[in-house]
Order: sequence, then C-alpha cells, then structure tokens
Amino acid sequence: MLSVPARTVASLTLRATMGRRRALVFMIPPLILVLVTALLKAANPERADWPSLILGSFGLAVVLPLTALIIGTSVLGAEIDDGSVVHLLATPVPRSTVILSKFAVATGLTVLFAAVPELLAGLIATGPSRLAAGLFLGAVVGSVIYNAVFVMISVLTTRAIAVGLLYLLVWESLLSNVVSGVRVLSVSQYSLGIANSVARDANLNAHLGVATAAIMGALVTVAALVLAIRRLSAFSLKGDAV
Amino acid sequence: MSSIELRSVSRWYGNVVAINDITMTMGPGVTGLLGPNGAGKTTLLHLISGFLEPSRGELTVGGAASWRNPDIYRTLGLVPERPAVYAFLTGLEFVRATARLHKLPDPDRAAERSIAIVEMAAAQDRKIATYSKGMRQRIKVAAALVHDPEVLLLDEPFNGMDPRQRLHMMDLLETLGDEGRTIVFSSHILEEVERLSGTIQVIVAGRLAASGDFRAIRRLMTSRPHVFLVRTSDDRRLGAALIGRPAVTGVEMNTRGLQVKASDYGTFSREIAGLTREHGIQLRELLPEDESLESVFAYLVEN
Repeated sequence: MLSVPARTVASLTLRATMGRRRALVFMIPPLILVLVTALLKAANPERADWPSLILGSFGLAVVLPLTALIIGTSVLGAEIDDGSVVHLLATPVPRSTVILSKFAVATGLTVLFAAVPELLAGLIATGPSRLAAGLFLGAVVGSVIYNAVFVMISVLTTRAIAVGLLYLLVWESLLSNVVSGVRVLSVSQYSLGIANSVARDANLNAHLGVATAAIMGALVTVAALVLAIRRLSAFSLKGDAV
Repeated sequence: MSSIELRSVSRWYGNVVAINDITMTMGPGVTGLLGPNGAGKTTLLHLISGFLEPSRGELTVGGAASWRNPDIYRTLGLVPERPAVYAFLTGLEFVRATARLHKLPDPDRAAERSIAIVEMAAAQDRKIATYSKGMRQRIKVAAALVHDPEVLLLDEPFNGMDPRQRLHMMDLLETLGDEGRTIVFSSHILEEVERLSGTIQVIVAGRLAASGDFRAIRRLMTSRPHVFLVRTSDDRRLGAALIGRPAVTGVEMNTRGLQVKASDYGTFSREIAGLTREHGIQLRELLPEDESLESVFAYLVEN
C-alpha cells in the first residue's frame, strides 16, 4: 500500500506531465510505429522478416528510448528547471519516496505510450505470437531501465534531454554497433536481449543473452535510482549573486 | 520554541564568498534580513532552510542541522522568492497536496484553515495559473503555514503585492510572530523592515553588517555622514559660512555647485535654511547625493 505522500507525489507528477501539451508529443512516435506497421502489413502481408526488423530497430531502438527520454527527464526535471520542486522538497517526504514515485509514474507512462503500442504493432504485424509477446516484454523492461537512467540524469544536470540524446545517439546507436563491449552497458541491448528470450528471432539483432541482460538491467536500474536519491538528498538552490 | 543559530557560517562558490563568517541567533518574533540585492540574503535563507550546505560553520534550526535533514520541515515552513508554483492546480489543491505531503491527519481542514489565514478562500478554487503575483505569494504562504510550523522563512515576501495585500501580509507576519513563532523575512526595502520587525539583521556583501534593534540601527543610519549638492545665488559665501559649522566636515566648490559633507543629517538639514536666510543667500537646490541603500549599508559596514 502506497503512503499518502507517495500517492500525492505520483498524482502531482501525473497531472504535471499529462497536463502539458507535451502529452501530445508522447503520442506521435507510437502513432507512427502503429501506422507504419499497418502500412507494411497491407503492402507485404506474406513476408516474414519485416516485423522483427521494424519492431526491433524502430520500435524498441527508437520509439521506446525517445518516449522514455521525454517522459523520464520531465517528471522531475521540469520541476527542477522552473523551481517548483522547492514546494515538494520543503516537506519531510523522504527523498527516496520522491524519486521512486516519479520513477513509477514515468515508467507507467512509458509502458502506456511505448510498450503498449509495441504490443499493438506486434499484433498487427504477426497476430498473437512469440514475437509480439517478446517485444512487449522487452519494451516493458526497457521502460523500467530507461526511466531509472533518465530520472537520474534529470537530477544530475539541467541539460537532461541533451545528455540523454547524446547517450542514445552516440552510445547506443553508434558505439554499441561498433564496439562489442559497449553493448553490456546499453539499455537498448537489455531490452532486445529480454525480447529475444521470448521471441527467439535472429532479425532482432539481440547481442546479449537473457541472463546478462536481466542482471545488467537490474544493476543499472538500482544504481541509477540510488544515485538519483543521493543527489536529490543534497539538492541545492542557487542563492543571489554576490 | 525553535530558534535559528548560525555559528561562523560561511558559504562560497569557488573563489566567490557569498556568506562570510556569520554568527547570529534568531528567536521567536519577527526578524528582518535587510540588505541590497545580491548581498547574500537569499543564500542565507537557503542555508537556514536546508537547501544549501554551509562551506564552513554550524547552522541549526531548533537544535538540529538543516542540511540533508528533511525532518526539519516538520517545524519549518519556507516561502521561496521564485514565483514557480504548480500552476495547473487550484489554490486549494496546492495547499491540500502540501498538507498530504506533511502527512497531516486532516489535510482538508488544515488547508482550509491555512487558506483562511491568508484570506484566499474566495480564490481557492481557481487555477494558480490565473493568480496575480501577490495572490501566488499568499497561496505560497498558506502552503508554508499548513503544518503550523514554529519557524517560517520568507524570501522577499512583499514582492509583487499591492499596498493592501502588503499591509495584510505584514499584519499576518506580526500576528504569527506575536504567537511565539520565529519569523524571518528578507527585504531590500527599508520601510518594509521598519514597519514590521523589531529586530533586524543587516547583510551587506555576505557579511553581517549590523544586528539588533531596528530603532538603534535606524538612528545610526540617519546620523551617518551625508553628502549634499547645494546650489544657491552665492555658493562661495555660503561655503565660507558652512565650513564654520560643527555639523559640516567638508565643503568643495565645483561646476555643479557646492558639495557639502555633513556629519549629521538632521542637524545639517535644520541649519541650512537658517544659514542661507541669515546671509541673504537664495537657496535654489539642495540634493542628497548618496542616498542609495548601498551607501547606507556601506556606512554600516564601515562602522
């Protein structure tokens, strides 16, 4: 049972995130995914290789991280940017409650705007199948890990979106395709590894086994959340210029 | 009752010293932190409220360190200067959410009571986004008061308020102080502090420049040396007459007129009119040249 402060933080976060016009932005990438999948299905009803390619390379590797980036960096980052976080932090609510509540909301929204559309696209492409189930599971797990990382980044820096984009573009898209060791520290690879454990589809290009993906994913999630809590506990306001 | 204690507290950012070795105690009643913009008042309030770590020294509120100690907010309320509030909430929702964050047993009632104190009941169901700056300020005070704190810190609380709201807020702070709470507010406006607080702490360039009873400090301020620019029908003759007066410490003639340094504001102001009349000189202009708050503060630092 969630405590009253945890529910209050979650409710404030949900209203702040969904109330902004940004909520419309959340819907664009999943809409594109579902539409593209529907178009491909109409154009290539018989070919078997495109669903895993589009849903893996676009769904898991682009739509999921982008949605998580926008949501994960805004649930706390927006309040830090405009200063309203002071009203939340000038209360005896444990900082762990603040971080975990916001992380839970961000994860829930990412599941709604990225994992559910991924499932929907999987069902459109292949009907009820191992691929659709695997992609959904991978996207849910990815939502958890990505949001832990992006919430942490939003506490560490005021340029969270830029730093998050750099991570996605340079680390995940570029380096992890060139340097094999980098894949062990790639959230995208954790998602693909988990997805592939169910889907068993070579076209997903999963480079990590399920055990490595699960252990590393859990470690990264816990480490990111612990660091976020520690940094928020030492949250400082800037004073007047001297 | 909780008191705020600072012992040799300093705070610096790299090479810049924002707060320099401040030792002070603030107890029940209203205390004004007075100082020019950029003097370090906000930094000091952030230090007290646990939103900044002292680089050196000890700082306690009710005997407990405030840095990295969220429990301090059970007895402390903060009204920050930045106007950012959860603008998508109504005033009532905002104050009630704050009550819930404090885990108050009856958040609805606590919110209602607090909103009534700041006289915002009529606007409580409107979104904060539609509030004026003064209304936002008052709803922030309601949120800070919702858990009935012993210590209330307010950063420039009168900014953006119209005169009626200002008077109401002053009365409110006075009442809260009279109830035995420790109320500390910052301001760069002398008259606000004068009207409200018996005790003031004057902060200049990160240092505690003066501390204590407002009236004593006000006397010090008005009896300090002043520089006036005087223009008359015969500057040279008036200059000769002025230099013989004990209240005048220096006279200089320049292209603009006579620059007179007076050791005592009050005495000089009284004497100048009689002196010009006595010598048949027509007084055309009398301008104080250093009436900026900064010069008042600079004098306090030097003395």
